[in-house]
Amino acid sequence: MSSVRVLVGTRKGAFILTSDGKREKWDVGGPHFAGWEIYHMKGSIADPNRIYASQTSGWFGQVIQRSDDGGKTWFQPGTPAGEPTTTPDGMPKGESNKFVYDTSDETGKPLMTHQWYDGTPRPWEFKRVWHLEPSLDDPNTVYAGVEDAALFRSANGGQTWEELPGMRGHGTGSLWQPGAGGMCLHTILLDPKNRKRIFVAISAAGAFRSDDAGATWKPINQGLHSQYIPDPTAEVGHCVHHVAMSPLNPNVLFMQKHWDVMRSDDAGDSWHEISGNLPTDFGFVIDVHAHQPETIYVVPIKSDGEHYPPDGKLRVYRSRSGGNEWEPLTKGLPQSNCYVNVLRDAMAVDSLDSCGVYFGTTGGQVYASPDSGETWAPIVRDLPPVLSVEVQTLT
Amino acid sequence: MILVVLPPHLRTLAGVTGDVQLEVEGEVTRRSILTALETQYPMLRGTIRDHVTGERRPFLRFFACGEDVTHEDPDTPLPQAVASGAEPFYVIGAIAGG
Repeated sequence: MSSVRVLVGTRKGAFILTSDGKREKWDVGGPHFAGWEIYHMKGSIADPNRIYASQTSGWFGQVIQRSDDGGKTWFQPGTPAGEPTTTPDGMPKGESNKFVYDTSDETGKPLMTHQWYDGTPRPWEFKRVWHLEPSLDDPNTVYAGVEDAALFRSANGGQTWEELPGMRGHGTGSLWQPGAGGMCLHTILLDPKNRKRIFVAISAAGAFRSDDAGATWKPINQGLHSQYIPDPTAEVGHCVHHVAMSPLNPNVLFMQKHWDVMRSDDAGDSWHEISGNLPTDFGFVIDVHAHQPETIYVVPIKSDGEHYPPDGKLRVYRSRSGGNEWEPLTKGLPQSNCYVNVLRDAMAVDSLDSCGVYFGTTGGQVYASPDSGETWAPIVRDLPPVLSVEVQTLT
Repeated sequence: MILVVLPPHLRTLAGVTGDVQLEVEGEVTRRSILTALETQYPMLRGTIRDHVTGERRPFLRFFACGEDVTHEDPDTPLPQAVASGAEPFYVIGAIAGG
């Protein structure tokens, strides 16, 4: 029988929520890594027992964790349990936590500085991993989107990481600036129909695409209009909050920008707005129904200064027409005095026949809808602030 | 044996419950203690000192025999009481919010 495993990263640890295909009764596991910020966890499609987690702390830095048994036990991939703690030549391990920007002569030269908030140049400085995206085919290959914005890849199960320098170094990197949450590469989408195509998004630089497995990149921001930057239609500088794609139709992308919900029908070459009748087009999350590539979900947030739902009503908005026409989904969600936020990586869908939709809030609730958004119920109500939600559909 | 007191998060990460005991070769300094610590507990690499620069992470401080040695040269010999194991070497997270 099918089941689902919801991976929840929070401000103070990780939680794993499991249920059968009915998604009515839930077991809550955790906290794992108690006390640490878990920016993201994601399981491998190629091997669902393989899960990667980004464990981070302003005090102690970045730690990569890995589970090979579906989240029951965890270890740092560079130092497996039972193995010697030093290399044969006596060097200590711990390399799985090491993210070093490429500064080589060939590819590192154009990558020296980005812009600070005030426009002054600032050196790249690694802070944390925001997003982990396992390869669609190989559980040992995983991508990491980091702050300050860059893309790393591990081909050995997270033991060591190497930057894909063409992302940062394609030419616009010196113009990127941080958004309010930092200069983070927060979205990584792997095209299931074109294994060489990767999309990423950065706050506040924009969206980018590679058509050669990450070697070279180009900005894909034509059509974005951001009134809060000096040139509203600039090639880069847009605060993209999240991008989603249906694996059934990967040429169509949906974007929640700082303001505006956007759509591209040509793999990001051009964008047009689909905010339509939304009560506000500010927000962070966006996702696509597992079986209906024109059915999309957002959670409108009042404004960039007021990070909570309009009118104190937590409403998921769904469009069945690929945008512009939106309907509020409220059944089971608080419709008064609700002032939580839903952060950019905190919504996910499962792939059961009746598509499940999940999201977590900064108030610590994780809501699930087993019927594509018609009805909602909290799986848990009182976790630490939720940073990310991912779902594994297990058969 | 050198005694090292770690903050709770790093104890959890290292899989230890109390003070850490270390053998330190040569002169007992902050650098030699941290190198021995990272050798014995490789999962702590990068959590106290930056992976690339080897510099102290900004929100961490070091104390020995009641003295703040955070800003001392890392190769300065530590007090004999620490070198003998009579007093621990403290790694402490600075208080910077809740």
